[in-house]
Amino acid sequence: MWRDALLVAGKDLRIEARSKVALGQVAPFAVVVLVLFGLALGPAVGAGSVLFAATAGLFWITVLLATVLAVQRSFALEAVDGASDGLRMSGLDPAGIFVGKAAAVTCELLALEVLLAGVASLLFDRHLAGFAVLVASSVAATVGLVAIGTIYGVVSIGSHQRETLLPLLFFPMAAPVLLAATKAWDGALAGAGRHGSGWLDVLAVFAVAYVAIGTVAFGPLLEDA
Amino acid sequence: MTPVIRLHEAVSLSDRFPLLAGVTLEVAEGEVVHLRGPNGAGKSSLLRACAGLEQVVSGVATVLGHDLTVDRQSVRREVGLLGHATSLYDELTVEHNVRFAVRASRARPDGVEASLARLGLDGRLRTTPVRKLSAGQRRRVAIAVLVARRPRLWLLDEPHAGLDGDGRDLLDELVRAASDAGATVLLASHELERASAVADRVVTISGGRVVPGPVEAGTGDGAAAGGPDAGEPRAGGRGATALVRPVAPLPAPPTAAGADTGAGCDVA
Repeated sequence: MWRDALLVAGKDLRIEARSKVALGQVAPFAVVVLVLFGLALGPAVGAGSVLFAATAGLFWITVLLATVLAVQRSFALEAVDGASDGLRMSGLDPAGIFVGKAAAVTCELLALEVLLAGVASLLFDRHLAGFAVLVASSVAATVGLVAIGTIYGVVSIGSHQRETLLPLLFFPMAAPVLLAATKAWDGALAGAGRHGSGWLDVLAVFAVAYVAIGTVAFGPLLEDA
Repeated sequence: MTPVIRLHEAVSLSDRFPLLAGVTLEVAEGEVVHLRGPNGAGKSSLLRACAGLEQVVSGVATVLGHDLTVDRQSVRREVGLLGHATSLYDELTVEHNVRFAVRASRARPDGVEASLARLGLDGRLRTTPVRKLSAGQRRRVAIAVLVARRPRLWLLDEPHAGLDGDGRDLLDELVRAASDAGATVLLASHELERASAVADRVVTISGGRVVPGPVEAGTGDGAAAGGPDAGEPRAGGRGATALVRPVAPLPAPPTAAGADTGAGCDVA
């Protein structure tokens, strides 16, 4: 499985390096969303402002939206010119395909989150405290979100309504991760390390659970796509 | 000897629509079989079923020793399917596409260079993203994938489509070479003369079933005229090519400044 996962992740990242869709479209989109949040809830920033209080939530909603785009892009690659048939005919382990595609999107989103965290800190005048918890919760939440997205991404691959179907399926299942990630970040930003760590445990459980589900379910879902 | 493909009353459904309505067919190792039939007859579905992409819900379906009614995934690594779509990644280069397919199928990587060279893709086209290729060049890349993977069973669905004259000749050579090397080939094509020239046998499909059909070159698809049974050797097949009308070479395409990277079409 791991060999196949590396192969698929390498292929997807190579495609991204060539097409630069994440860099040229997803990242600007996410930054624009953060700016729009600032315009809608600003202009007051700093302690006591709405933006200051809602920084974590706005950050993770932005990541959630970017995740949809990144996952859609990941599976759009497989929907073009029979590539999904090629993937099935390759004999790759479906669990390896799942892990590989999820790993590639996770790498892209983690890089995006570094950018977004900086932008949010600047726009909303929020110091990024509790760095360790922020990083750990970001990794766990991103793995969880991407795992859910990848599960539903393969469901939507064979659908003519894939652009609208994915968010419809994805958002409800992502809600617990969004909540936990926001709470973890809130706690970390407020300097409550232990409080943040508690939500970090929840995120880790979600991440492990969704990855496990995806590893088992991806094969049958790919067959039905 | 155990046949490479053994189908008996095989039924495949798409929702409730029958793709295959009880196909009975046996294909021996090294045999080249030409599938013919009208549009919608079930040729592509038969190829996809043999590749494990369509589920066989009843009957017997054994391919390369794998019972497809039980497990249709294990067979895939040993099978190469050239369908209407090329199953290539647009953003990857020609070489990366071929290498990815070979590594994914755990085939030996030493076939990559030879296949690229054989298909005329070893020059500038090697590092060209597939999205920049013409339809015929994409087809060549898909064939290069097939050649590099060295599957035991070749499933070719209208393989000549989109290829120029040289490409068609080359494909025919590759099919013959694969067969000579022991691979089995199932070839669905409306290009009756070309396909018949490389085939050992012609099988006619109609309504999702194998039917007794015409075997004479030049007869219309699906025109079941009471000819010999599908299991009979092909009169115009390999070793009897004199019965097949020679194919006139295509005129060379005009060269235009700023044209696509068409150099790769010039296969020796």
